[in-house]
Amino acid sequence: MKLTREEQEMLDGRKGKATQKAMELLVRYAEALGAQRFVDTRNVAGVPGSVNPFLQNYYKDKGAEGFDAIFSHFDLDSDELVDVPQALVPSYHLQGGADPTAWQTIGVKVEVFRNYQEREAFAAAHDVGILKTCTPYLAGNVPARGEHLAWMESSAVIYANSVLGARTNTEGRESTSAAMLTGKIPDWGLHQAEHRYGTHRIDVDVDVESVMDWGMLGYYVGDVVQERIPVVIGRYSQPEIVRLKHFGAAASSSGGVEMYHIVGVTPEAESLDMAFGPKTSVETFRYGKAEQRTVYDRLNANAGDPNVDFVMLGCPHAALEQLREAAQLLDGRKVSANCALWIFTSRVVKSQALQEGIVKTLADAGAVLLTDTCSAFAQALPSGTKVAALDSAKQVHYLPAILGVQAWFGSTRDCINAALTGRWSGERP
Amino acid sequence: MTVSTKIILRGRTVCAGRAEGEALVTRQTIPGWGGVNPVKGVITETQHELRGVSFKDKVLVFRGAKGSSGWSAMYHTARLAGTAPKALLFNEMTTKVALGAVVMRIPSMTDLDQNPLDVIETGDWVTVDADRGIVEVVKKAP
Repeated sequence: MKLTREEQEMLDGRKGKATQKAMELLVRYAEALGAQRFVDTRNVAGVPGSVNPFLQNYYKDKGAEGFDAIFSHFDLDSDELVDVPQALVPSYHLQGGADPTAWQTIGVKVEVFRNYQEREAFAAAHDVGILKTCTPYLAGNVPARGEHLAWMESSAVIYANSVLGARTNTEGRESTSAAMLTGKIPDWGLHQAEHRYGTHRIDVDVDVESVMDWGMLGYYVGDVVQERIPVVIGRYSQPEIVRLKHFGAAASSSGGVEMYHIVGVTPEAESLDMAFGPKTSVETFRYGKAEQRTVYDRLNANAGDPNVDFVMLGCPHAALEQLREAAQLLDGRKVSANCALWIFTSRVVKSQALQEGIVKTLADAGAVLLTDTCSAFAQALPSGTKVAALDSAKQVHYLPAILGVQAWFGSTRDCINAALTGRWSGERP
Repeated sequence: MTVSTKIILRGRTVCAGRAEGEALVTRQTIPGWGGVNPVKGVITETQHELRGVSFKDKVLVFRGAKGSSGWSAMYHTARLAGTAPKALLFNEMTTKVALGAVVMRIPSMTDLDQNPLDVIETGDWVTVDADRGIVEVVKKAP
């Protein structure tokens, strides 16, 4: 690897012990990738210093439960304990923990919640912006085109690369925490223009319009291209933020897609030629009615019982217009006594919704608006939940695997109807 | 007379070290957060062909990593819980699998001169010598 003088000084320990350990990890990581150099970043999004009960107990048993200990041993993968300095470059905390105003609702124990609060205070004291969302781009961190990032959260990574034209690989907990202290990340993959071109062509031969349509298309695309870069062309109307959010989240769950092109929509795909650049498509997939139905059936494969006792919206975290839509669909009616409706969003969007009166409208209908986390992430369901209904292909992908419940997939309207009646009435497209 | 066939593969070292164990092979990509229980060391993704299968102490032979950015943290946790694989052999390099291999601290290789998914089957005995860039495969008895 070619290191700059600054990077060599960090590695030699001249910028402090923690920075040295961070650089050691980044060098091991860059060598594993086969990267030749680092790129500078001033936009890091991760989960520095966060903890779950397993890690808490593991390090406690080792006599190393302090904040610096978990950051040293887990975040930096260092056997040595180091004092953690402030973030060197602008850094942000993504989703995690529990809603600070409703932690009891999602069944978090008081001692666990205190831990989350202490971890958050630790991050904030180290100059980490507390966004507590999987949608930083809806909460004030909107990267510029061409900006190099070190971001976690697959649905945010794919959005930043594809929709915003920023540059990041899917980083992990350890690499983002190391980047926070150094402002460095391996110059590999999507940081380099030649690795951002499309590899596979997707011909859309069925009308793709609704959020649900875009979620299904994303789930199909991720499954067929896995970790490659799809170029989507065909029958779709101009998607906005919410549709692109659901498309990307689905593609990065069924596969490992970190970047996509939608011809005529995303900034690096003004044309098919521009999207593929010097490359030619390895393979073309046709997405028609039959493929759409297969995806719908796969997404509903874990469901059978029409009696829905839980509806969850807000995966990825709801945009303001999605909260407004939920409030409109509820239309003054009450959530069924046999069902719970939880909607997850960021603290920033909740504060916007509060000013618009949406928070009150949702509460009056019996819906529960929650921030910071989601059911899959927090492993939290209303007690006794057996059958869930979801409008997110990503959440459907994860929730049955994590919590063993049945899960229906459909439109936001299908889900709100289920919340109002306690029955699933979604229809196959 | 039984002849045990030994196959030699050469490739690029991702993480140095030497380890041996029984192969666990999948042509599917491997999930991280949300598709694996690191404390138990098993894949949990509902539609995965390895659902419920333990990777503890195996030489994991797979296409690559998929899904969540919590990939490395899950397999890092598996290392702490004592359920990590012994070694990794994979085809598709991504940041997820590179960082995961680094924090699991296990010998790992990629870019092998024969497709390991064609040559290695679950149950074969595999020695990964990532210090020298060599993999030895002893086929299981038929």
